[in-house]
Amino acid sequence: MLIPLRAMIRKDLQIFFSDRRSVIMSFIAPIAIASFFGAIFTSSGSSAPSRVAVMIADQDNGAIARSIIASIKADSALAVSVVSADSARSAVQNGKTSVAVVLPPGFGDAAGIAFITGSHKPELQLFYDPSHSAELGMVRGMLMGHVIDAVDREMFSGAQGRVLAARVLATFDSAGMPPAQQERFRAMLDAAQNLYGGPAQSGAAPVGLSTPYTVKETAATSDANVAYNGYAHAFAGMGVQFLLFAAIDLGVGILFERQRGLWKRLRSAPISRTLLLGGKAASGTLITLMTLLVSFAFAIVVFKVRIHGSVAGFLAVSVATALMASTFGLLVASLGKTPSATRGVAILAVLLMVMLGGAWVPSFIFPAWLQKVTVVVPARWAVDGLDAMTWRGLPFNAAVVPTLVLLGFALLFGVLALSRFQWEEA
Amino acid sequence: MLQVEKLRKTYGDLVAVDDVSFKLERGQMVGLLGPNGAGKTTTVSMIAGLVTPDRGEVLIGGVRLKGDTDPAKRRIGLVPQDLALYDELCPTDNLRFFGSLYDLQQPALDSRIKEVLELVGLSERARDAVKNFSGGMKRRLNLAAGLLHDPDILLLDEPTVGVDPQSRNAIFENLEALKAQGKALLYTTHYMEEVERMADRIVVIDHGRVIADDTLAGLHQRVPGVEGERPSLEAVFLTLTGRSLRD
Repeated sequence: MLIPLRAMIRKDLQIFFSDRRSVIMSFIAPIAIASFFGAIFTSSGSSAPSRVAVMIADQDNGAIARSIIASIKADSALAVSVVSADSARSAVQNGKTSVAVVLPPGFGDAAGIAFITGSHKPELQLFYDPSHSAELGMVRGMLMGHVIDAVDREMFSGAQGRVLAARVLATFDSAGMPPAQQERFRAMLDAAQNLYGGPAQSGAAPVGLSTPYTVKETAATSDANVAYNGYAHAFAGMGVQFLLFAAIDLGVGILFERQRGLWKRLRSAPISRTLLLGGKAASGTLITLMTLLVSFAFAIVVFKVRIHGSVAGFLAVSVATALMASTFGLLVASLGKTPSATRGVAILAVLLMVMLGGAWVPSFIFPAWLQKVTVVVPARWAVDGLDAMTWRGLPFNAAVVPTLVLLGFALLFGVLALSRFQWEEA
Repeated sequence: MLQVEKLRKTYGDLVAVDDVSFKLERGQMVGLLGPNGAGKTTTVSMIAGLVTPDRGEVLIGGVRLKGDTDPAKRRIGLVPQDLALYDELCPTDNLRFFGSLYDLQQPALDSRIKEVLELVGLSERARDAVKNFSGGMKRRLNLAAGLLHDPDILLLDEPTVGVDPQSRNAIFENLEALKAQGKALLYTTHYMEEVERMADRIVVIDHGRVIADDTLAGLHQRVPGVEGERPSLEAVFLTLTGRSLRD
């Protein structure tokens, strides 16, 4: 039994390596595309998350508006540029920036007064690119914090704040506020002015009410000193994608062999059906595994991707993925009729599989329901398993479930292929 | 050596082979003739184990052939109508692979490869890629692949389709040599002169059934000659199977 098995594996490897152009493409294509995706998902090699570009137009020019802009500029998550209102709108419309903020004339004073009275809130104009609505939500949330901080700081300790407070106090009478309530308000503002309005100590920043916390952002990678490397996920995703493409070649290759009458010769030999498909699965596993490992070797050398988790776990997931892919190839051969029609349908199936499996974009950004549904997609387990062993830096235990699930898929595909294969060669 | 007993195979409503029986002895060639779709290839496929008969059996040396891994399959060599070769590989690598399927091992395998390549006149091209071969060379290599494991019975399904007269003649000489060695040959073809030249007995199949199983002389006697001339095999064939087209 071993002699035919070895011969089948050797023959398939010989045929694979006999076409040098095809071999080179098998290795270069995943590397090129993974490099592209890696470059997109990696923030210039730094550990800091990429900053959202925001344009601000200051039509107010008051102390509070300047304070708001200073506060926003200091935010490490935002890349701020101050422009005119027309330029801001035009930049968003042309796709040069995702969000623009316009502080209209009188915004700061109106915001300061509204901060105390709760009425006549001024309007802040936001322009956003509808294709980047996620960034709108992010900027809106950050902006709220910066405006509140700037306004309350100015109202409780700034010179402009004192002017505004006096103006508010003067309006109480005309506003018809009950005397008792006027008194309580006046006492509160006087107390705040007394507390914060004394002579500022040299170099001290104005104080006031402020957001009662700060945020320390730490990328949850394998180690505090290890930066997230977007190439790791990209090579996992694209590696799995091209591994499945190689599996299609395996399946379509079997159909071509049938067309050429080779399966008549194979079937006329005294070897079992399991051995025939087992030999194909074995050679397919070796070829796809080679494709995956060469891609990762490139990523390790060129893009400094590292297996921060378990090397054994990485190999286990890789082998299980390759086995799953090659049995998928057998399934393609067993369900297909003609090579050309089968290739088209199989490519569509693989593209769906890798898209839902998180090979293009990480599955954690999928909606919750989709994340649940995609556990039935083998590519998801392969990508998650490789991610776990590379940039997530998880131990071997984290590779066990993906490996077992992938082996389960391999078994399922293999059994289906064996039962559905067209064995009769008339 | 080969006994086919009441073979039947249907595909849905289509009866491809119905109650086909014949025998093939050592050192004998049986020509299997029939129009297109008569059931020749299905019959050969059932003998080679490629197709499971609905009914009937194939006996090799008196023993029923059963299952994919039956060792008796080693006694059969198949030369399919298709050029069942890996174009990317050279003849030696093709034959090494096909030989390994029959558990042939080195150095016997290489020695056997040398023998069959010499027989079919391809020794000097043993290391060239098959994709660069002419149709005739591929046909000869196809024959060599079927002979590699030294089978007692050779099933030849139209082995001379599309080859030039030289290669065809070379194949005939090979087959005659094999017959002389005691091999049993079952030969399907549309070329009547090939059967006239080599076959010891002729089985004619039509609509899946055997309509004649006789020697060449016996078949000739079934059709009256014209002006004392013996009728050609083609005339006999057309008389037996009719003149309607079988596309």
